[in-house]
Amino acid sequence: MTTSDDTPVIATEEEITSPAPPPRPLFLDRARLEKVLPWIIILAFFLLWEFGSRVVLPLFTPRPEIVLPAPSAILPAMIEDWRAIVQNSLYTLETTLIGFAIAIVVGVAGGVAIGSSRLAYAGFYPILIGFNAVPKIAVVPVLVLWFGIGTIPAILTAFLISFFPILVNVATGIATVEPELKDVCRALGARNSDIVWKIGLPRSMPYFFASLKVAITVAFVGSILAEATAGNHGIGHLTSYAAAQFRVPLVFGGLIVTAAMGILLYYIAAWFETRMTGWATRGMDNPVAGY
Amino acid sequence: MSAFVEMNGVHLRYGGTGGTLALADCSLKVADGEFVAVVGPSGCGKSTLMKVCTGLWPASRGNVIVGGHEVSGPVGIVGMAFQNSVQLPWRTVLDNVMLPLEIVEPHRSRLKANRAEYEARAIELLTLVGLKGFEKKFPWQLSGGMQQRASLCRALIHDPKLLMLDEPFGALDMFTREELWAVLQDLWMARKPTIILVTHDLREAVFLADRILMMSARPGRIISEHKVDFPRPRTLETTYLPEFTEITHALRSQIQQARAAQAA
Repeated sequence: MTTSDDTPVIATEEEITSPAPPPRPLFLDRARLEKVLPWIIILAFFLLWEFGSRVVLPLFTPRPEIVLPAPSAILPAMIEDWRAIVQNSLYTLETTLIGFAIAIVVGVAGGVAIGSSRLAYAGFYPILIGFNAVPKIAVVPVLVLWFGIGTIPAILTAFLISFFPILVNVATGIATVEPELKDVCRALGARNSDIVWKIGLPRSMPYFFASLKVAITVAFVGSILAEATAGNHGIGHLTSYAAAQFRVPLVFGGLIVTAAMGILLYYIAAWFETRMTGWATRGMDNPVAGY
Repeated sequence: MSAFVEMNGVHLRYGGTGGTLALADCSLKVADGEFVAVVGPSGCGKSTLMKVCTGLWPASRGNVIVGGHEVSGPVGIVGMAFQNSVQLPWRTVLDNVMLPLEIVEPHRSRLKANRAEYEARAIELLTLVGLKGFEKKFPWQLSGGMQQRASLCRALIHDPKLLMLDEPFGALDMFTREELWAVLQDLWMARKPTIILVTHDLREAVFLADRILMMSARPGRIISEHKVDFPRPRTLETTYLPEFTEITHALRSQIQQARAAQAA
């Protein structure tokens, strides 16, 4: 509540009985603030970065531009090498999306298989955790050994790192169908496939879309990892190549572009989520819920 | 009596030989088109009885006969409704009600080509329970009582020969509950399915049923039966008749005895 000198500190009777007026917004109403705040924070982040590398870092190191170049130094480097950055980003994007697409297919199919049978759930879960626990950086050399240097190891790494969250979430959604609902259907003579198809799958969609948001960002980690250790294209390759030549501003340029692509794809996934599973977030569009 | 549902000396034990014995030597007979209520102290195996009757769980001993056939798996001609109305939140009320048609033959293979006919049927049923105009809403936009009405429609849409109701009104307030008693009575009188209603509300049992079966404490079996002869349609006025109170009272003390027997 805003208070000024002329408002009484003690509420009058009238104030108590009449409904309180909505609080006056400080300078933006909340809905608009919610829209602009991310941009303000990103801007503040870069300003802080600029300040850190121009003012603070020189106190500790004689070559600050090698340790952490300022955004104002990164931008020219990005512009100078824009062609390489665009080409390699698009390449990485393509690799990531192919790996991600395979992850969706395998994740959903595996999730359905494991989630619809208690036995499969119990049997396959440990080995899947084992697969997921292996650091993917240790797998890349193996993939290179099998498929040679290039696109395929990057696609496979993106796939390997991102299918697990999808599979686990779809399996959970299907495995947690309400027992009463199963009884209703089984008493009607429903086959297991009916229950999965009509109830399990639609029910797991919110889990599925939530997992997509996680999976798409880690898919980038996978493909860039593979490109950096054993690739001749892509952002990962570009950054490791630039690092070897001490072109540090370009390295950071590559990282920034990757982060931007990650954010973009995250929001595409989130948009699909709200479009497809609005029923699961019922009540969230209530204006009061944001408070 | 020609029985439509028959249980003969059914035992049911959960989880292997060391498990809980839920039903012991449980026998009952329900005639075609009869409305039977099963009451008993809590935890006596009423819900278990339902699952055995519909073939969802196999009896450990004894046999179950539904419609002249011994039950060896899910019966397939049963409609069910539970205390929790379990609607599918991504489907509209209409599509929720029509779910059984997508599963049960012959509707399953006819549904695509005759969708309009089936939709009309669903809307007719929704009208009967007072949900006309809500068919395009989602279940979570409805109150608990309305969801339960939809749940009844879903249980009835495929014209089941047998309707199994497990405390369908248990989670509702008293006024809504009494209103739905009348709705259920109307549905039953219009279509005459065989109904087995499991409940712990004695007034509900007396209001709705032709016959009330009393179960013992666990392990459950049927210990007595009471015929209820009030003419139909029964109204809320019926519940204030002295005879109504008398039956309810008698059932009440019998349950008390059953519980005391368990405690001893």
